[in-house]
Order: sequence, then C-alpha cells, then structure tokens
Amino acid sequence: MSNLAAKSQLTLPNAKRDHLQGKIDAPIVLVEYGDYECPYCGEAYPIIKAIQERLGDRLCFAFRNFPLVNSHPHAQHAAEAAEAAGAQGKFWEMHDLLYENQDALADEDLAEYASALELDVPRLVGEVLAGTHTGRVREDFLSGARGGVNGTPTLFINGLRYAGRPDATSLFAALTERSAP
Amino acid sequence: MTTPTSQNHSTTALPAGTPAPDFSLHSTPDQTVKLSEFRGQPVVLAFYPADWSPVCGDQMGLYNEILPEFKRLGAELMGISVDGVWCHVAFSLDRKLHFPLLADFEPKGAVARLYGVYRHDEGICERALFVIDADGVIHWSYVSPVGVNPGAEGILSALEELQSQPEVK
Repeated sequence: MSNLAAKSQLTLPNAKRDHLQGKIDAPIVLVEYGDYECPYCGEAYPIIKAIQERLGDRLCFAFRNFPLVNSHPHAQHAAEAAEAAGAQGKFWEMHDLLYENQDALADEDLAEYASALELDVPRLVGEVLAGTHTGRVREDFLSGARGGVNGTPTLFINGLRYAGRPDATSLFAALTERSAP
Repeated sequence: MTTPTSQNHSTTALPAGTPAPDFSLHSTPDQTVKLSEFRGQPVVLAFYPADWSPVCGDQMGLYNEILPEFKRLGAELMGISVDGVWCHVAFSLDRKLHFPLLADFEPKGAVARLYGVYRHDEGICERALFVIDADGVIHWSYVSPVGVNPGAEGILSALEELQSQPEVK
C-alpha cells in the first residue's frame, strides 16, 4: 500500500533543505530526528559527534527537528532558534550549544547563545518570537511522522530506520555494516 | 523497510473490511464515548498495553504531537487500555494529552476481545491500531510487537487513502 521507494526518500537527506555535515553523496548517510530538550537526544549527541570524527568523509549527517512540545516546553523555541541561527549561517554552532546546555533552553538562554555565537541577536529573537521558522520545523516533524519516527531520537541510516540501541558500539556497527556493498 | 502490514503480529485482530464492533466506554468518570456516534468521519483506535510508559515520546505522547495532522485528515483519535478511568485521568493530565483515553476496564478487556487484540496471559491489550472509515468499517488494522512503538506512518497512510477515495454515496 505505501510506496517503499517514496517513503525512504523522506528519510534521506535533501541537499536543498537539510542541514548537512559531510557530503550528500557520502557512502553512509545518517539522519537524526531530534528534540533539543529530550534527554535521550542529549545522550546521543556526543556519540554521534564521536562517530562523525571516526568516519570522517565516509559519513554525511543531517539533523531534522522533531520537537515533542507537550512533554518539552522549550523544545519548539530551541528548534526555531537553531533554524534562525541557520539563517545567519551558524546552524550547527547553535545545534551544538543547545545540546551542550539542555538544562538552560529558556528564551533568554537562547538569546545568550546567539550573542555568544556573535549572531544578530535582535534578528534571531525576533524570528523566534514571530514564528518565522515554525513552518520549517513542522515540515521536518511531519516528514518524520510519515517516515516512521516513533520517538526521539530516531535515526535513519541510508533511509532505513535504525531500531537498535543508540550506544556508540551498536550504532557504529550498524553504520559501517549497512554501507558495505 | 517492510511495510507495517506485512509484519502484523496477531492473527486474531479484526482485518480490513470488517464492520467495527460498536462499544461504549468511559473516557472520564462521568463521560462515556460510543463509537457509533462518530459515524461520518474516520476514527483511529489505538489499543496499548498500559498507561505510564516510561519513555520520552511514548506512543500516546507521540500521537498527541501528531494530533493536529490526524484532525487535518478529519479523524478522531482514541486511546484504549485496560487501565481504570482515574488512572487514565492522571496519565492524561501528566502527559497533557488532547484526545480521550478509554477505559476497557469492566468487564476487563471486553472491547479488546471484540477486536481480537486482548493478551489473555497478561491481561492487557496488544499494541494494536485500527483505522475505521466514515461508515464504521475497518479500513486498516495493525498489531505491533508489544514492546515496539509502531509510530504513526501506517495511520497517516490509511487516513490519506480514505481521503483520496471518492464518496460512494
């Protein structure tokens, strides 16, 4: 009933819209659907960083927003702040700061991180408050809901949902095994 | 990835094409919900084993987030477990759920049994999904392994299929 090829297209990175680290044609492609206030995503953050370092050019990593706003009251604004930082060319810098400071994600904290990254703070805050990036975050969320995300973090390796544990050893094994010809 | 339907874990769950058995269950201590009152629009029944699943973004929490999309597709969502109504109220408040949880509590699991998704050994519901069309007929059903959150993709695809079907009447 559902078109398998079309569905996995949802969970492969799209160079036109996604935030990417690495080349889109890298042999291993990892997409994370995450929430900046989710503790499990916080645990996955350093693991993914270490794996990126280990795999180097072989890995392309994309991050998409999946804020669980009823459980995590700061997740939506945090996601929009990262997108607003992205509009000023510093998505990943903000992404990292948010995961490194998960216990401080109130609006004033977001403004502080924007300032630390030497961004145009009034512009970033204005965009978050005006909901400039709400649509984009929702688009990420819905692509996840349609693609099989069932909680956060959900990881997709080369378009397929990773159902294993997000610890370094299991994830590394899955990433390197799936990329083998 | 295999499609959800190809890995159905229960052979007893009522399949697509079956009229959905009607029922009336408590959603709060003084309110009941009757399935047949929702004729004319799709209904999503999400049977689940128990309230208070410990994980972030558990199944009901996830559906709560996706609720606006279910509504956009014209559907009503209801969660069903064998937990009592006061337990549901507490769980629902804690997770800020914006859809009803129905208590299949007395006789225990009666509705789950009607739908073929009761786990007799454990006395809980399967993690089972039913999408019922506007005429009260099951359009799609799916039973997930009890420990696996099935997500929402199957529900969304089924609701989209219903939307794209031409009106018969």
